[in-house]
Amino acid sequence: MSDITNQSLNEIIENVKTKKVSSTDLTKAYIKNIESAKKLNAFVTTTFDQALDKAKQFDNKPNFDQLLPGIPLAVKDLFCTENTKTTAGSNILNNFIPSYESTVTKNLWNNGSFLLGKLNCDEFAMGSSNETSHYGNVINPVGDQLVPGGSSGGSSSALAADLTPATIGTDTGGSIRQPASFTGTVGLKPTYGLCSRWGIVAFASSLDQAGPMTKTIKDCAIMLESMSGFDEKDSTSINKKKEQYSKNLKDNIKGLKIGIPKEYRVDNMPKEVDELWEKGKKILKDLGAQLINISLPHTKYALPTYYIVAPAEASSNLARYDGVRYGYRSKQGKDLIEMYEKTRSEGFGDEVKRRILIGTYVLSSGYYDAYYLKAQKVRQLIKKDFDDSFTKIDAILTPSTPSSAFKIGEKTNDPVSMYLNDIFTVPVNLAGLPALSMPAGVDKQGYPLGLQLIGKALDEQKILNIGYAFEKNCGFKNEIKKWWS
Amino acid sequence: MSKEKFDYFIKGEKGKYEVVIGLEVHAQVLSKSKLFSGSSTKFGADPNNQVSLIDSAFPGMLPVINEECVKQAVRTGLGLNAKINNYSVFDRKNYFYADLPQGYQISQYKNPIVGEGKVLLDMPYGSKEIGIERLHLEQDAGKSIHDMDPSNTYVDLNRSGIALMEIVSKPDLRSPDEVNAYIKKLRSIMRYLGTCDGNMQEGSLRADVNVSVRKEGDKNFGTRCEIKNVNSIKFMQMAIEYEAARQVELIENGKVIDQETRLFDTKKNETRSMRSKEDAHDYRYFPDPDLLPLKLEQKLIDDLKKTLPELPDKKKERFIKEYGLNAYEANVLVSEKEISDYYEEVAKLSDKKLAATWMMGDLFAMLNDKGLDISKSPISAKHFAELVQSIKSGEISGRIAKEVFEIMLETGENPKKIIESKGLKQQSDPKELEKMINEILTKNKAKVDQYKSGKEKLFGFFVGQVMKSSGGKANPQLTNEILKKLLKG
Repeated sequence: MSDITNQSLNEIIENVKTKKVSSTDLTKAYIKNIESAKKLNAFVTTTFDQALDKAKQFDNKPNFDQLLPGIPLAVKDLFCTENTKTTAGSNILNNFIPSYESTVTKNLWNNGSFLLGKLNCDEFAMGSSNETSHYGNVINPVGDQLVPGGSSGGSSSALAADLTPATIGTDTGGSIRQPASFTGTVGLKPTYGLCSRWGIVAFASSLDQAGPMTKTIKDCAIMLESMSGFDEKDSTSINKKKEQYSKNLKDNIKGLKIGIPKEYRVDNMPKEVDELWEKGKKILKDLGAQLINISLPHTKYALPTYYIVAPAEASSNLARYDGVRYGYRSKQGKDLIEMYEKTRSEGFGDEVKRRILIGTYVLSSGYYDAYYLKAQKVRQLIKKDFDDSFTKIDAILTPSTPSSAFKIGEKTNDPVSMYLNDIFTVPVNLAGLPALSMPAGVDKQGYPLGLQLIGKALDEQKILNIGYAFEKNCGFKNEIKKWWS
Repeated sequence: MSKEKFDYFIKGEKGKYEVVIGLEVHAQVLSKSKLFSGSSTKFGADPNNQVSLIDSAFPGMLPVINEECVKQAVRTGLGLNAKINNYSVFDRKNYFYADLPQGYQISQYKNPIVGEGKVLLDMPYGSKEIGIERLHLEQDAGKSIHDMDPSNTYVDLNRSGIALMEIVSKPDLRSPDEVNAYIKKLRSIMRYLGTCDGNMQEGSLRADVNVSVRKEGDKNFGTRCEIKNVNSIKFMQMAIEYEAARQVELIENGKVIDQETRLFDTKKNETRSMRSKEDAHDYRYFPDPDLLPLKLEQKLIDDLKKTLPELPDKKKERFIKEYGLNAYEANVLVSEKEISDYYEEVAKLSDKKLAATWMMGDLFAMLNDKGLDISKSPISAKHFAELVQSIKSGEISGRIAKEVFEIMLETGENPKKIIESKGLKQQSDPKELEKMINEILTKNKAKVDQYKSGKEKLFGFFVGQVMKSSGGKANPQLTNEILKKLLKG
């Protein structure tokens, strides 16, 4: 088969099932792509030998009834993988090799897939451009000067460049959906609690959620089905019956009510984003959906709320990286305190330090009520906005991001403008809802743009169905020239 | 029992000072596994052998609450007559230390699992109620070992993550004796409930002691100092005495007491400043986002309440009523569940009052001597009851009983058999006794004359002779009677 790697996951699975391609040949094709795409810097670690062994094992004793039969997958380097280095994009975990496998990746492997490598990401998933990684920035295959988004930037880049048939990321404030939007791919942040957080390097526990990043909606359904499920090792995991998202995928959305929130507009938003939103509305309307104007009045507080809650949790979650038991330890330092200071100063990058400082500050006595507690209250109001709206509608349509991919280095000296990139994605994390970013068009430079579908809690099937119908009628085709090889 | 008057005051130059004490007791929850992980809690394992990935805070690890620990906390709360909160929250207490792997301790801050309760103390000056402020669940830290190597510190994480109950008293305690009684009562209640083994040597029960002083009659509390992590009652008492005296001296010299955390140096018998209020940690408490709030169904609480054992206060009342014991006896016999069980078994088979006297006398002395718990007593309750019954029936005298007791201890034989085989049965036949006594009096004619001429102290001599000649078996009461009768004549 000449170029199986530019097919969708679903097509590849069909080809494996019908024995048109072996798992070994498939794996070799991806290895070849990965080796010729070093310029993108999407991978932190590759596990080719191990992957080829697994592929061979599959080919010797294939089980075609699995959801992901013999499929090699690269995953974000935030998922702990047994015996494979897991860095979270940080120097402080530069030498960390877990003895355990995250629940989500274990679910993927149990469904027939295996690990191809670990994908670059912003350090501890803190960033919107993959420029905070200790392992260097990742390049967007869309253009050699462009960021791939973040924090799951290695994932979006690898997926768009055909270095993995599908992948997974984590989304704390948009880290799946924004990179998907920047690379013309599909990204889903599931309902909080649908995918186990066990074994994922934590950023902000009450917001973190793993999710699929794929080329198509169908692929997204397959991946979500494979990775999700109740896990008693995660106290915030939702105990419910597993759903067959791919089997139940339908493109009939007639009569569905789609909310259009008036607050999802920002100053200086490029005209193309607005036009794309209009295009999205029209497509859904033409498919028989009903558009309903709604208001989510507390949306404007979402970003500041997020930048209190997430750093607060992060400042505590990252306290364990102290050089005592694993990871990087500075050789300097004459006592315990100095060892901590040097280890953490040398081990963490600037953005992580910035957020630890913010988080420590907002939790400090005398500031707790004014910042953290107030943010928690606002968070409830944001959630209530959504709850109120969802009594009248089935889903919400918004742009995924206020702009297309920006240039490397363009925003690194202005953290606030970087944070503003997450303005449409963070409210969803604060409310714990599922949201999908789907490619919808390009701006005048030809860079992809995405639209976001937000659903009720546990309504993944519905937003996947809407996305499926949209995809069929949108006519978007991700045209990426392989300039790097 | 004599009603003494409470009189624990520190005497200064300028008057008497009252000592105000509040305790934060850390009691290790009796459970097979830790509060948020499946690791074993067994004491004495090799360092770092009972440590899971969660206890050592590896990336991506998440806590899951151990339901048994929650039930144990509820049981303890019920035992302290306290309010059980249906809604409680686990918070993170953030600070850095080498033996705190997460960089935070999971504890309960604003919403503890147990609210206000009370404990009753029996003091020589009457019973006294000590208020309980709250009880909350939290993780223990690991152990830093500084003296194994001159330049390195070693860390043992076996304790890391073990469930503790922090039981906070109101500042109701007024003397080292009350602290002693309070700790013993708490320990007793928890041991009855099976929620904490109360083993202070193994660190299962430790306390932070808050001490302040005020002039007798003052309504306001003085500035308190907290003495951290004291692990025996004796040290708590010593620390309080030292600390109270130190504070009184400061006040008398016109100095101010700084609110601070202090350490008790057991070698020098003094408290030392650890950190002042200004240097106090900012723990940045916030609800642990890895754990949902703990919601308890009322039914669970009610069910646990139904299965609570009879607790010492109730049992004491019953012992007084049912067995005719005095308050002191009842107190001693209910102090440990095992002791009360032993007593009840003995009391069922023998004289209740005599059983109490003999248990608290010879049996306790023996156990104390051998350093044994009653559960390890070499003399079974059944045998002990037989012994008591033999005394009661007059079969043997108290003196002989002591002899039989020693033989029981050595051989494990039942007392009846010992009495029979050694011929220790009491001589209670008045005719035979009279005959023997007559012989003795005849032999000691001179002494009899002396007695009759007023040297009545010699009576004891005659009794001794009777005992000697009977090998101690003469019934003492009868001997007395007959001696008196014959010496009169």
